[in-house]
Amino acid sequence: MSDAAAQDAAQDTPLGRAGPRLPPAAALVSLALLAFWVLAALAGPALLPHGPADFVTDDGFAPASAAHPLGTDYLGRDMLARLVSAARATLAISVLATLGAHLVGDTLGILAALRGGVVDQVLGRVAEVMLSMPKLIVGLVVIAVVGPSATVLVLVTAAVYTATVFRISRAIALDLVALDYVRAARLRGEGTGWLIFGELLPNMLPLLAADFALRMSFAILFMSNLSFLGLGLQPPAADWGGLVRENLEGLASGSPAALYPTLAIASVTIALNLLVDRLGAASRPREALH
Amino acid sequence: MRDLGRLLLTRLLGALAVLLTVSVLIFAGGEMLPGDVAQIMLGEGASEAEVAQLRRQLDLDRPATERYLDWLGGMARGDWGVSYTTKRPIGEILPVRARNTALLTALTVAVAVPVALGLGVLMALLAGTAFDRAASVVLLGLSAMPEFLLATAGVLVFAVRLQWLPAISNVSLAGTLAEAARALALPVLTLSLIIVAQIARMTRATLVGLADRPFIEMAHLKGASRLRVVLVHALANAIGPLANIVTLNVAFLVSGVVVVETIFAVPGLAQLMINAVSNRDMPVVEACAMIFCATYVLLLLLADLFGATFNPRLRRSTP
Repeated sequence: MSDAAAQDAAQDTPLGRAGPRLPPAAALVSLALLAFWVLAALAGPALLPHGPADFVTDDGFAPASAAHPLGTDYLGRDMLARLVSAARATLAISVLATLGAHLVGDTLGILAALRGGVVDQVLGRVAEVMLSMPKLIVGLVVIAVVGPSATVLVLVTAAVYTATVFRISRAIALDLVALDYVRAARLRGEGTGWLIFGELLPNMLPLLAADFALRMSFAILFMSNLSFLGLGLQPPAADWGGLVRENLEGLASGSPAALYPTLAIASVTIALNLLVDRLGAASRPREALH
Repeated sequence: MRDLGRLLLTRLLGALAVLLTVSVLIFAGGEMLPGDVAQIMLGEGASEAEVAQLRRQLDLDRPATERYLDWLGGMARGDWGVSYTTKRPIGEILPVRARNTALLTALTVAVAVPVALGLGVLMALLAGTAFDRAASVVLLGLSAMPEFLLATAGVLVFAVRLQWLPAISNVSLAGTLAEAARALALPVLTLSLIIVAQIARMTRATLVGLADRPFIEMAHLKGASRLRVVLVHALANAIGPLANIVTLNVAFLVSGVVVVETIFAVPGLAQLMINAVSNRDMPVVEACAMIFCATYVLLLLLADLFGATFNPRLRRSTP
């Protein structure tokens, strides 16, 4: 990959967002939305009268009623209960996956920037190969080999985003390594640990946080796609993508069951993107990468 | 020009190396399949002798490196091996499937690229206005949505409510052109929405990013109209970056194609792959993965070259 200005604009990173600044209110609204879903995921299942696996109506796709505000799904299970339990699955898996991608990607990225030389070269080549494969295709091949499960979903999602995170944190760290205070720290003989935790990480955090939010929105889309294709969580467990898959046929007969999880996904990913817009504005180095 | 030739050569070799590595990874993936392939193919009830015979037939007794080289050589000749589930040569089904996917993608590019570029230029012209803001928010929203949401919304509106278009595209290219067009309308529309959102946002960003360059300032100062500055001065200098952006986004269309082919039952390569993944039909999965990865690497290479060709400074940079 070349580091042209155009390439920067072409990459959707928190460092080079394409678009006009949005008002601060947008960030507040998105924070509120995210807080709502986190609360729903944490407390919802305990508060709701029905479980996500309980059959509450005889027919599938019952319309909305006082007892079932969102109606029932294709098997007659309470849609609200399923939506909330799927929120738990979706958020947990995407947070874990993003965390994994950042733990590995940031560590290696900082290491590559600090060490340079052979370490940097080798890691860069590995990242290049990883980024040369379409993410969904990588996910499909892995799942064809090991079969679908929640653990596989977390690991695959983390794996496909690690190379991107590596490149971003390397670029950010590289900018800092050249600065006087880091060079001074190196000259006075500080250890690698101090350089990373004392000098680099504190200054990288705002941008890494912005990337975490953006990466998580991608992770949600990625895992939703896999689940939608029937290759993510397996029934009766379901994340939002799985709920869409289950209830898709209901659309033709006028049941909106499949729409709720799609709206849920859209609300969270859009909220995360709006948030990135604010977080990314905190500081922006010259260089942006894939 | 010599710089350009050298760049072309190094990038081509680089892409080839990457593709070879990818092929090793994909083949290794197939090797890691837990359990014995012959046993899986024959089912639980097969006798040991039958399994042993099939193992010989499939050449599973030979070392992995030998089989990898055979697999690689076979691909070059169009021999992709035999499907575990249908027992038929994969080479027989691939061309038809690949043609359908190529048609879907080509139509999408033909529809989406002019619209996206037009929209991006318009937003750049009107940068900062209410239209620009509104369009930016809508496009950001579109690009943050999963592909299946757009497809589902399309089915709901055009197939269920309005009943203009069929919800499932059983694309048989034997039918009339009008039939094929109707069948492909919703898939193409969905894919176009995805790609238009990205390309338009990036086009706007590229053009607006040029705004503070001296030559644009100069054009303004000598009294050229805003329209002329954007359409003539900025756009001419953005051709490289824009070609780069369009190509990258066509490459990124892969996951969209997978989802859309599944939803609308388009008998393309992606649908073939999804079914193979569900059946753990590794030879088919490997063949499809190789085709997708090769196309992807090729498009990334093309994007890279577009960027470099129109920006001489990039030609000297190390890859």
